[in-house]
Amino acid sequence: MTRNRVRGRLPVVLVLPAVLGLAFLLVPLAGLLVKTPWTSLSTLLSAEVGEALRLSLICASLATVLCLFLGIPLAWLLARSGLPGRGFLRALVTVPLVLPPVVGGVALLLVLGRRGLIGEHLDAWFGISLPFTTAGVVVAEAFVAMPFLVISVEGALRAADPRYEEAAATLGASKWLTFRRVTLPSVLPGVVAGAVLCWARALGEFGATITFAGNFPGETTTMPLAVYLALETDPDAAIVLSIVLLLVSVGVLAGLRDRWISGPT
Amino acid sequence: MTLNAELRVTRGTFSLDLDVTIAPGEIVALLGPNGAGKSTALRALAGLLPLNSGHITVGESTWDGTDAFVPAEKRPIGVVFQDYLLFAHMSALENVAFGLRARGTRRAEARAEAARWLDRVGLNGYAQAKPRSLSGGQAQRVALARALATGPSLLLLDEPLAALDASTRLQVRSELGRHLADFGGHTLLVTHDPLDAMVLADRLVILEGGRAVQSGPPAEVARQPRTDYVANLVGLNFYRGKASGTDVDLDGGGRLTIPRPVNGPAHVVFPPNAVSLHAAKPEGSPRNVWPVTVAAIEQHAHTTRVRLDGAPNVLADITTATLADLRLRPGDELWAAVKATETHVYPA
Repeated sequence: MTRNRVRGRLPVVLVLPAVLGLAFLLVPLAGLLVKTPWTSLSTLLSAEVGEALRLSLICASLATVLCLFLGIPLAWLLARSGLPGRGFLRALVTVPLVLPPVVGGVALLLVLGRRGLIGEHLDAWFGISLPFTTAGVVVAEAFVAMPFLVISVEGALRAADPRYEEAAATLGASKWLTFRRVTLPSVLPGVVAGAVLCWARALGEFGATITFAGNFPGETTTMPLAVYLALETDPDAAIVLSIVLLLVSVGVLAGLRDRWISGPT
Repeated sequence: MTLNAELRVTRGTFSLDLDVTIAPGEIVALLGPNGAGKSTALRALAGLLPLNSGHITVGESTWDGTDAFVPAEKRPIGVVFQDYLLFAHMSALENVAFGLRARGTRRAEARAEAARWLDRVGLNGYAQAKPRSLSGGQAQRVALARALATGPSLLLLDEPLAALDASTRLQVRSELGRHLADFGGHTLLVTHDPLDAMVLADRLVILEGGRAVQSGPPAEVARQPRTDYVANLVGLNFYRGKASGTDVDLDGGGRLTIPRPVNGPAHVVFPPNAVSLHAAKPEGSPRNVWPVTVAAIEQHAHTTRVRLDGAPNVLADITTATLADLRLRPGDELWAAVKATETHVYPA
């Protein structure tokens, strides 16, 4: 009580919109839970749901791995290299963040499609065709999700003290060894946070996926696509799919939060 | 295998122009105020900063010069950084073993060697401790072990004691002195603390504004400072002037009588405790006597230091008894007196 009195009353102009904002974020989720046909849940968890979920988890994880392989070096380049025009590059990297995912899908089709700039050669030389395949799903998800990883890792790298890298150099460590043994471990929380965001974004990816990879059950129909399709034919199934997706993402975030992405408390 | 360096570095408006020679086994302290270029010199020697011109050679090998630059990771050096920069995610042992591993020593061998080094610096129970859990003095010793473990030919110490509190400092300083005495290579100690420099180094190089203003053995530098900065460090009243016979006309105004005749430009020094203060002009005895005004009074452990304006300005250390007698306040007018025999004169 005393503490509350000391702190004084919270201003209504801030509290009211804050409560509204909280409600705006939470009420739809609560609605989803309320509307869920819990009794017939087991019958609705069909084989297709399992398949879509499995595909979603695999594709999102593969996309995250792809993003880690390409995104960490890219973040390093942006943060440490002293490359001219880094600011411009950084802006370019964030374009997929603001780009409507459908546009991203169209762009991917134009480049990697069977008659695309690169896709044409991939098809002719290696017989590889990405669109409308599971690999295409991974590519589309990685395209949309990578900026999350790059931005997170780059921020961590820029906050990390470069003098530790100098200390490693004076101990005889090459740039690559320094990166592996000193820099990367020191930005690990940033990498993990970025990877989680990246994974979550990939898991929910819809627009670029359906544009670039289409909708083939068992091959490219991920959970978000399945939800959208089910909504037209079987609303109850859509709710169940949504619940599953919600539980999976919240579960993963909650599991990682305490260890890795706890903000300042 | 003497280390010879002509360090010429220009960064913006600052330029470093410093010649350093370090014999094997010799400990040279680079002493100077903040911004004098000490860290720049250290970074150039470490290979973290290329020279604009000049050179660094050790024996026959050139580390930096017109047609050669050996980067930091290829130089046989060890560096103890000011805040140690221990790798936070590695244990003390892994920190010490890091340099050996980076230079190609096998894992087991590197760890055994690192354990021996931790033992040498008195940390044998702390092999698995993370840097965060170590005290300042312990972290400093890990940093020293890490720098020495690779057997460097040049050891660079950047303010190695600055981060420690006064009580730990005394102990760590004497330990550091022992390890430096055992180290057979070249040592450069960068510090702004005259005590560290005097106790640890064989030779001092005083750096001001990117230039060496004085160098020599600690005792000589302490006895015959050549700049206000050095005089201030060693706690002496210091004056430049022109001597003729037993009189020195001071550049800043005033005149001092000295014990023996000298001619030409000269420096005069005397300690603050050689100054006596009097309410009335003292008579008799061959003394330097001049009127002064109290500018500031600082209380130290056992004495009181009084800053006095006059021709010349002077610092005086007086006892608490004298302080009580004179009832000093800033603005008081007094007479300062210094015996000629208390002054020390040397050519400029």
